[in-house]
Amino acid sequence: MQLIIRQGRVVDPSQKINKVLDLGIEEGRVVEMAPRIRKKGRKEIDARGLIVAPGFIDMHVHLREPGREDAETIETGTNAAARGGFTGVACMPNTNPVNDSEAVTSFILERAREVSKVAVYPIGAITKGSMGESLAEIGEMHRAGIVAVSDDGRPVQNNQIVRRAMEYSKLFDLPVIDHCDDKDLAAGGVMNEGYYSTLLGLRGINPAAEEIHVLRDIVLARQTKARVHIAHLSTRHSLEAVTRARSENIPITCEVTPHHLLLTEAQVTSYSTNMKMNPPLRSQEDVDALVAGLASGAIDAIATDHAPHNANDKMLEFDRAPFGVVGVETAIGLILDRFVRTGILSLDRMVQLFSTNPARILKLERGTLAKNSWADVTVMDLELQWVVRSDEFQSRSRNTPFEGWQLRGGPVMTIVRGRVVWSV
Amino acid sequence: MASLSHKDLLGIAQLSVEEINLILDTAEALRQVADRPIKKVPTLRGKTVINLFFEPSTRTRSSFELAEKRLSADILNFAASTSSVSKGETLLDTARNLESMAPDIIVVRHESAGAPHMLSKECRSSIVNAGDGMHEHPTQALLDALTIREVKGRIDGLKIAIIGDIAHSRVARSDTILFHKMGAEVWACGPPTLIPWDYQKLGAKISGQIEEVLVSADVVMMLRVQHERQTEAFVPSMREYYNFYGLTRERMRLAKKDTIVMHPGPMNRGVEIDSDVADGPSSVILNQVANGIATRMAVLYLLSGNAGLKPKRQLR
Repeated sequence: MQLIIRQGRVVDPSQKINKVLDLGIEEGRVVEMAPRIRKKGRKEIDARGLIVAPGFIDMHVHLREPGREDAETIETGTNAAARGGFTGVACMPNTNPVNDSEAVTSFILERAREVSKVAVYPIGAITKGSMGESLAEIGEMHRAGIVAVSDDGRPVQNNQIVRRAMEYSKLFDLPVIDHCDDKDLAAGGVMNEGYYSTLLGLRGINPAAEEIHVLRDIVLARQTKARVHIAHLSTRHSLEAVTRARSENIPITCEVTPHHLLLTEAQVTSYSTNMKMNPPLRSQEDVDALVAGLASGAIDAIATDHAPHNANDKMLEFDRAPFGVVGVETAIGLILDRFVRTGILSLDRMVQLFSTNPARILKLERGTLAKNSWADVTVMDLELQWVVRSDEFQSRSRNTPFEGWQLRGGPVMTIVRGRVVWSV
Repeated sequence: MASLSHKDLLGIAQLSVEEINLILDTAEALRQVADRPIKKVPTLRGKTVINLFFEPSTRTRSSFELAEKRLSADILNFAASTSSVSKGETLLDTARNLESMAPDIIVVRHESAGAPHMLSKECRSSIVNAGDGMHEHPTQALLDALTIREVKGRIDGLKIAIIGDIAHSRVARSDTILFHKMGAEVWACGPPTLIPWDYQKLGAKISGQIEEVLVSADVVMMLRVQHERQTEAFVPSMREYYNFYGLTRERMRLAKKDTIVMHPGPMNRGVEIDSDVADGPSSVILNQVANGIATRMAVLYLLSGNAGLKPKRQLR
């Protein structure tokens, strides 16, 4: 056998498995899972005391290539993902040029084949140039390999275009991923509108800017029956709306980011631009609601919104610096340390959030270790002690809000199609 | 010597009541320098102060400059429009370059909230915030406090109404925090579109009716209506604003006899305040200007020993 991972605790919610097993891999696929595999592997991994899970997928990253290779490239971004324990990433189309055509999609996939150790799943733009005016060639991009459409970063304001995008995407069963942000209500804001924006004298982003678009999407998803996915949901009222919509069987899913689960708007008091992202850090009440939603199942996925920025761009006045923080190299450790070790989240639930559900939403043949499935595997150690140090990042950028955090628990090995692409 | 606990003066929020009193007492003592035939003391002789203004400013910059001159400091005026900033230099690079000239104090005015905080982390010299975006304008609040103390004898227990565009005003924020710390009852009054979210948590009561606050106010602080905000539809028109919030002689009749009227300037006569009020017996607007110099002298003096001893960045 190509590879046998011995005696790890296999946590695979897709098969309702959570026990110590051997995992046998041949030709990149899972061929056997048993308490003890008799055969010998050409390579064997001793996973005693470790967690073996179907490969984690970060369904929301920015790889910046083509266009901003000074901040990140497909190579550095996917190296970072591998180091962070992710076997696949879905990359947003707001590159330069925007991924709004078959040519750009093919370029990304071609580059990924050359340089990436993990799977790259491109997301196509909803509108040409993400200008919000006319539909991009979604069908041709689908043929080239996109897994979803989104105008992340430049969300569509025109409701009619959103409706058409939902209707049209159904033809290819592609989810529409929406970065919910009403431009007029956001009003050029740079942080959450509330006590802290008042105190700090920074322009506020009204939480209603997100909530109104969430509600719009729910109304249109009900009507079109299209699959809609809310990117980086960040307020308690957004979550309430999504939860209610799901109880009415409206086909809507949502993701949250680690930073919206772990930080609040109070962090902005330092004026650190690594606390500046969109959606902005919210209130403690919002954070509490999101954490509760993680555990209850109201939230489908954790995605990082990995948004690398060149240090020169971030070292500006708070209101002039770009939005966004990196995330792929810290997400798993943060969630293990703050939510799994504390008992808020079970391991099964964590694997659903990082693997089973992203694979289901994006219709990837992943998220499971069932026989014959691709052997994408994330191996974690609940006892690993480490400190977030941005100078050790594989990412080309350093803009993390978690610098210096001491964590217990983290990824120790990333396996893609049976090949170990990273280990500690 | 009593002194301030921080290297910098970034905002009123960081000051204790004792520190505020220390600054005000010092300012009171320095006020008489203006009455001397030779308006100069040697207090900051040999010290270098840089006035770093990224935003156009006449009164604040002049006030700082006079304060520095009266303290005998060596000064350098650096205006962003005539400097390398207009060639694309970043704030940090500008700061590092100036820092290499070994100033003792940098007075900074910037349109971005938090810009002085950024400099503070980068520079060994003391940073004095001369207004950052919509955040704070601490020396203005201190001179307002000095003026109130001068005329009213105290701040504690007074009812102080701040009226107008609270949302976009750094003066409102600094004043509110300071007056609240000093035990005054602070009211923020204006149309709801110009009262920012959770403003009451800064220590102010909120009102939409100018008449309601005028009847019992001891101090009325009028804020400038910023014409440039009109495009965002905060108020329907300047005319309507004047009708509902303008401080007219008729409205002043609602106030107590000894109520004083203040304005941080520059005034829009006929918009937020009528000339006969601005120039009338209740107005202490020109006292504010005079006190501005004494207050800034006090701040510069009290910070002059606080710069870090070692440069942050070693020259090679």
